[in-house]
Amino acid sequence: MNYRTTLAALAASVALPLSAFATELEVTHWWTSGGESAAVAEFAKAFEAGGDTWIDGAIAGGGGTARPIMISRIIGGEPMGATQFNTGRQAEELIEAGLMLDLTDLAEAEGWADFVNPTKLLDACTVDGRIYCVPVNIHSAQWIWMSHAAFEAAGTDVPANWDEFVAAGPALREAGIVPLAMGQQSWQTNLAFGTLAVALTSSEDWEAVNIDKDADVARSPAYTRVFEAFDTARKLSVGSDVNDWNQATNMVITGTAAAQIHGDWAQGEFQVAGQVAGVDYTCLPGLGYNEVLDTGGDAFYFPTNDDPEITAAQLRLASLMISPEVQVSFNLKKGSLPVRGDIDMSSANDCMQKGLEILASGAILPSGVQLFTEDTNNQFNDLMTAFWNDHSITVAEVQAGYADIVANAD
Amino acid sequence: MAHTKRPSQLFRNMAAKIAAIPMIFTTLVVFVGCTGWTVVYSFTKSKMLPKKIFETTELFSIPTPSWLSDGSLDFSYISGIATKNFVGLAQYERLWNSDRWLLSIENIAIYGICSLVFTFVFGFILAALLDQKIRFENTFRTIFLYPFALSFIVTGLVWQWILNKDHGLQQVVRDMGFENFNFNPIYDADIVMYGILIAGLWQGTGLIMCLMLAGLRGIDEDIWKAARIDGIPMWKTYIYIVIPMMKPIFATTLVLIASGIVKLYDLVVAQTSGGPGLASEVPAKYVYDLMFASQNLGQGLAASTMMLTFVIVVVIIIPSIIRAFGGKKNHV
Repeated sequence: MNYRTTLAALAASVALPLSAFATELEVTHWWTSGGESAAVAEFAKAFEAGGDTWIDGAIAGGGGTARPIMISRIIGGEPMGATQFNTGRQAEELIEAGLMLDLTDLAEAEGWADFVNPTKLLDACTVDGRIYCVPVNIHSAQWIWMSHAAFEAAGTDVPANWDEFVAAGPALREAGIVPLAMGQQSWQTNLAFGTLAVALTSSEDWEAVNIDKDADVARSPAYTRVFEAFDTARKLSVGSDVNDWNQATNMVITGTAAAQIHGDWAQGEFQVAGQVAGVDYTCLPGLGYNEVLDTGGDAFYFPTNDDPEITAAQLRLASLMISPEVQVSFNLKKGSLPVRGDIDMSSANDCMQKGLEILASGAILPSGVQLFTEDTNNQFNDLMTAFWNDHSITVAEVQAGYADIVANAD
Repeated sequence: MAHTKRPSQLFRNMAAKIAAIPMIFTTLVVFVGCTGWTVVYSFTKSKMLPKKIFETTELFSIPTPSWLSDGSLDFSYISGIATKNFVGLAQYERLWNSDRWLLSIENIAIYGICSLVFTFVFGFILAALLDQKIRFENTFRTIFLYPFALSFIVTGLVWQWILNKDHGLQQVVRDMGFENFNFNPIYDADIVMYGILIAGLWQGTGLIMCLMLAGLRGIDEDIWKAARIDGIPMWKTYIYIVIPMMKPIFATTLVLIASGIVKLYDLVVAQTSGGPGLASEVPAKYVYDLMFASQNLGQGLAASTMMLTFVIVVVIIIPSIIRAFGGKKNHV
């Protein structure tokens, strides 16, 4: 008798969640900093308002740690309901292997192609004419963030471009402030290099290296200038030993460091800390020279599933993520630009408005994730972090190494 | 007569042989099979997913005019298809041209040699000290062995905190008044491997000590008595009598330490994540990063094949050399 009731209770506990109206969907992502979790909570709130259940699968440690876990789960046959990747080539092979849900019908029904801006974002989701992901935001890497308090303490004006910043370096050091904050993870050094490259080379040279993979241009004096600036940057960052990017941003927020070259997701941290753009901190796109932004960002992919209820819930989530209201609420918290050109972002702050203007003017570039495979990007990461930390590596050596990787990129 | 009735060697003791089949199957599939798979796919350009070495679908569509006209067979044609994913030694070429891999080898060599020497020496000295019939021997043994019960991740994290330059050991000593005290190995690329070595020794010496202690206890009490009667000093007894008698224990500890060196990974990940820069990268981390983060399975498998080669040398060839030498001495 007792045995039977237990059995019945067990059966009920298994059957109930299945028969209930709400569908549980596990969503994996690597958004764990203060600003990021505030933003992802907007997705969860909107999804649960529709009666479904959002199971948060945040993976700490950044994309480099999270992506292998996500990919292993998908390949290993234990797919989550939805997962973040960067907009680009990271999920290419998973799509080719048929492991991702085809969203083309939904995209056509809702007319994504009409409102997604820039339209290239959808290209990054498209394989053989079919759409496999929902871009949710645009993030660009070409920014420098500067603390007003730090420059005040050093007695200099807040710089308007990279060279002014370099000139302020000695004064900052005297005031006991680290001029440039940098997290120790290798992708951050590579991001800083990429930003310097965009800011300090002509767009022809940049495109020759990054799009046509022309190693000769990478060896040319035009690029030597970038590596020299990068060499200056590593000297300015001596004393910055933090690991995660948000710890580096926090150094700028608290004024122990004067500046950070980082993507616009840093903005979410300033916001959580209650700082105001233009008052407490300044942002310069393209380091004050070349006001161009890349259109990297995040996209959500939905691994294929046998359960039709989960598939239906996946489509509901996909539709919701790109809907106008969620785009506004999510991107305001995240500090990123929306993927829709048809929504009102007037409540965005100074820095985001700068970004929106550049986006509207069409001065955009593809991001590293879209241009190179993860293999190549990691080779860049390794090279840049080795150079950054080992001051015995010369500018000529790192440039030669860089050109070799470009030459062998696939 | 008995000779003719004797059953074939193959069918003797059938029950035992049948019982061994799952074990043999597991060995062949899991160990030999997977190892073989690893080696084979290290010759492909597999990216995130393994790529077939031969694209069979295209091998079937063979009716080519060249085959009919010159009659030189389609050998070149088949190899043309095969090279679609088969890249020969290209992955190894890239591997041995990669600065990061070479640095990893250098690092594992530093760590390996130091770890081998220090674990052996410390393990033996501690064991010899404990063997002096001291009080609280059990307590000491437990204390020394405790770190071994921790995972490498925990050990790595603990030592990352201890060696943290802002609130670790360095700061504690500075707060005591030694303002110029400098000890921050995991932030200095030149000595970071020694920072990891400290954690590795802290974790691993206890076990080696226990094995050595067991070995010392296995030495007959009478040998010590005889040495004492002959007036041989204690250190001489250890070096000329006890240590040569402990050869089997040394072989065991050698294999244990060596395998611990080759698989060094989690300690590095927890303590430094390979940093500063690439200064504490190790081969196992290269394999993991290339296979999963860089989505380049072929390159990762090539690196793991090189590690396998190294293990074969260390675990099979070196002990057999030692055995060969030991065997000679026994006959003398």
